[in-house]
Order: sequence, then structure tokens, then C-alpha cells
Amino acid sequence: MINIVRFIGGHGLNFLSFLGKMFVFLFESLYYTFIPPFKFKNFLRQVRFFGNKSMIVVVFTGAFSGMVLALQGFYALNKFGAEALLGPVVALSLIRELGPVLCALMVTGRAGSAVTAEIGIMRITEQIDALTVMAVNPMKYVVVPNILAGIVTFPLLTAIFDVIGIYGGYMVSVHALGLSEGTYFSQMELYVDMEDIRIGLYKSLSFGLLVTWICTFMGYNSGYGARGVSRATTNAVVLSSVVILIWDYMLGAFLL
Amino acid sequence: MIEIKELYKSFGKQQVLKGVNLVINEGEVTAVIGRSGGGKSVLLKHIVGLLKPDSGSIFINGEDITKLKGAKLDEFRSDIGVVFQGGALFDSMTVYDNVAFPLTEKTKLNKKEIHEKVTKALSDVGLQGMEYKYPAELSGGMRKRVALARALIAHPKIILFDEPTTGLDPILVRSIHKLIRDTQKQYGFTGLIISHEIPEIFEITDRVAMLYDGRIVEVGTPEEIQKSENLIVKNFIMGIENGGSNEKGKS
Repeated sequence: MINIVRFIGGHGLNFLSFLGKMFVFLFESLYYTFIPPFKFKNFLRQVRFFGNKSMIVVVFTGAFSGMVLALQGFYALNKFGAEALLGPVVALSLIRELGPVLCALMVTGRAGSAVTAEIGIMRITEQIDALTVMAVNPMKYVVVPNILAGIVTFPLLTAIFDVIGIYGGYMVSVHALGLSEGTYFSQMELYVDMEDIRIGLYKSLSFGLLVTWICTFMGYNSGYGARGVSRATTNAVVLSSVVILIWDYMLGAFLL
Repeated sequence: MIEIKELYKSFGKQQVLKGVNLVINEGEVTAVIGRSGGGKSVLLKHIVGLLKPDSGSIFINGEDITKLKGAKLDEFRSDIGVVFQGGALFDSMTVYDNVAFPLTEKTKLNKKEIHEKVTKALSDVGLQGMEYKYPAELSGGMRKRVALARALIAHPKIILFDEPTTGLDPILVRSIHKLIRDTQKQYGFTGLIISHEIPEIFEITDRVAMLYDGRIVEVGTPEEIQKSENLIVKNFIMGIENGGSNEKGKS
């Protein structure tokens, strides 16, 4: 019995210490965001890395998500004779839920893992120490540009994901399932409000912060050697993905 | 002058430094020798503020740097250059950008002035024409030279070398040592070299200190160290087992 309590207590303390470190890291990053000199060039480079280079993945995922939604939505709505509502079903699912979540998951896999690996390698090859001894703050030089780039690019990528998804849904609905073009878009205009777009935007903004925070933290605190970096990268992707889904539910259920 | 007083450092239960006392004179090159895992690199990291001691002080020009934080510590660091064991070059940057980095980040020099200084620093370490190569395209010796050029470019008053010749062949070891000696004469910096290159290190240093079991057990000129009667020093120089063995320690 004592062993069980000791086991739970030990793991509980480790978890609390881990959370504490993560929040200190976040507050430090946010603090350095407002302290000049600003590393604008690094920020732009990371915007390009997160945004531009994730575009193909986002376009493909968005298109096929919209197409599948249209296909499955048509099958379900057809049973109630409500095929006319296919446009709003596709658009609302994408804008409120699937767009921000799937886009965040895809960018985590493509760019988040790369950021963790890059920072982890900088850590184990003493490049982070080299920055410190040259009096260049590594948080400001390496971490802050990534977090800011995430906050800027995630909503933009999500917007692209949504538009491509809606267009993918249109292709299937109109050209494959025979729904009229007017029905698809006019019903969408009727049921989709600015409020839905705002919810999607808030979600993608928070995912941008969460993913870059977790991925930079894992890289910055990665263990020694190749195994340490690989473990940090795996943990970053797994934790980011789980946190995206949990945070998505919490936002939907309690806040938005 | 760097003065280390009663420096203690532990990692968990493992005590690495157990009261290190050492004076590094200005304008001299001092080597700290000792077995791998003896705490030499830990000592170096304390001097530049990468690690904080459990107790003890490090005075640089009368200021205890173990008590400094933030901008004040950064101010001190701008007078210190470090050549890391693996070079610690930024692998996503070219040789030119690596060497120019301290100037582009910490000074307001224009591009032309930076170009002149980088060209001079690279020429001082014999790497003209390598400006646009990436660290991965260079040999181990070249990488160490680039790291030295990067450390030299801002003309720091102190340069710390963390095993600058590890993994190099004997010819390259000599060439890097000669480079350190020549650049020290040219720039006049105070140097601290962490090394276990015996006897090559004796040729380029003014003083040598032996770290054993977390303490400095002997300090003297290279001649004095080579003639030392201290059994630990003697055995280490001759490469005899138990000559300063401390494999449990952290390098």
C-alpha cells in the first residue's frame, strides 16, 4: 500500500515539477517577446518555415477533409431528405472544428517536430551555450520567433484549410452528387455566422501558441545524444496532439 | 586576472568540484589538465556563468561573477570568448556568418567593417576562401579554427578553450596549439585551456594546473609540473593508471 502511495506521489510530484518548468518557460518567452532588440529576421524565417512550407500539406488535407465531409454528410442528410443543408454542414464542421484541429495536427507533424529536433540538436551540440556566452539570449533568439510565428501562421493556415475544404466539398457535392451550386452556397451563407468564424480563429490562435510552446520547450530541454533528441521530438508531437484535442474540447464546452 | 576561490559543485549526489582554488594571471595562458570526467569542463562553464556553483566565488577583475545575473553578467560575457569542445558552430550558417555572428548581434558595425574583420579573423586562422562553406563541409581541425576565429573576432580579454584539440591527429593538435599561441601573442588575451594533451600542452602554456578529485592539486610552470614530485601529477603525465583517475566525475 505504501509503495502504491509512494509511486503515485512520486509521479505526481514529477508531473507538477514538469508543469511548473513548462509554465516558467512560457512566461519567460512571453516576457522576452516585449524586450528589445527584436529578432524580426528570425521571426520572418520561422513564419516562412511554419506557413509557406506547410502549405502543400494543409491544402491536401483541407481538400480531402472537405470532400469526405461532403460525401458522408450527403449520405446522412439524404436519409432525412435534408441534402440542401450539405453546404452548411461542411462549412460549419470545417470552420468551427475540423479546420483548426486538423490543420494544427498537420503543422505539428510537419513543422513542430522539426522545430523540436532543431532546438534539441542546438542544445546537445552546445550551440545554445554558445549563444549564451556570446551574450545573445537564446530564448529571444530561438524560442520567441517560433512562438510568434506559430501565433501568426496557424490562423492563416487554418483559413486556407477552411476555404480549400469548402471548395473540396463543393466539388463532391455539385460535380459528383448532383447538388445544385446555388443550394450549396446559399444555404451556407444563411447558416454560417461571423461568430463561427471567430470561434475557429480563437481556436487556431490558441493552437499556434500551444504547439510552438510545447515543441520549443521539448527541444530546449531535450536530453543528451541522438536518443535524447529523438525522445524529445516524439514527446513534442504526442503531447501537442493530445493537448490540441483536449484544449479543443475545453474551448468548445466551456469557453466558446 | 581570474581568481577562483573554494568552488564547490555537485550534480545530485555526485560531487564534482570539491573546493577548487586557482589564480589565472592576466595575459598568460594557463592549462588545466586532468583525467576525462574530472570536472575540468564544469570548472570552465562556471567561469563563463553557464553553471552556478553550490558555493565559492570566481573573481574577474575584482567582481564576483557567480553573483551576477542578466544584463550585468552579459556585460562580463562580452569580454570572454569560448572555444567549445565540438566547436559549437551554428550548423545552419556559413563559416562567414558564424564568425560574423558576435559582431552582427552585439555591435553596430556596418557590413563593410564586419566583412573586413571576418576576412582578417579567417586569415589569422588560415581559413581564407572557406567563407561560404557550411560547418558540415569542414574537417574537425577546420571547425576548431572557425570556432577560434569566432572567439577572436570581438577581441575578448579572456578566451576559454574547452579541449580544443580533442579528436584531432597529432599534426593538427600541434597546428591548433601553435595557432592558440600565435593568436595569444598577437591579441594578448588571457587564456585558459582545458586539456589532456600531454606533453604538447606544455609547449604553449605559461602555467599548468592539475585537477584531481575535484581539487587543484598542483600549479606551476610547465617545467615545474614536469618535474613535480607529486605522485598524482607524475603518474598522470607518464600515463600510469591511477594517475588522477576520476572516471566517476563529470567532464
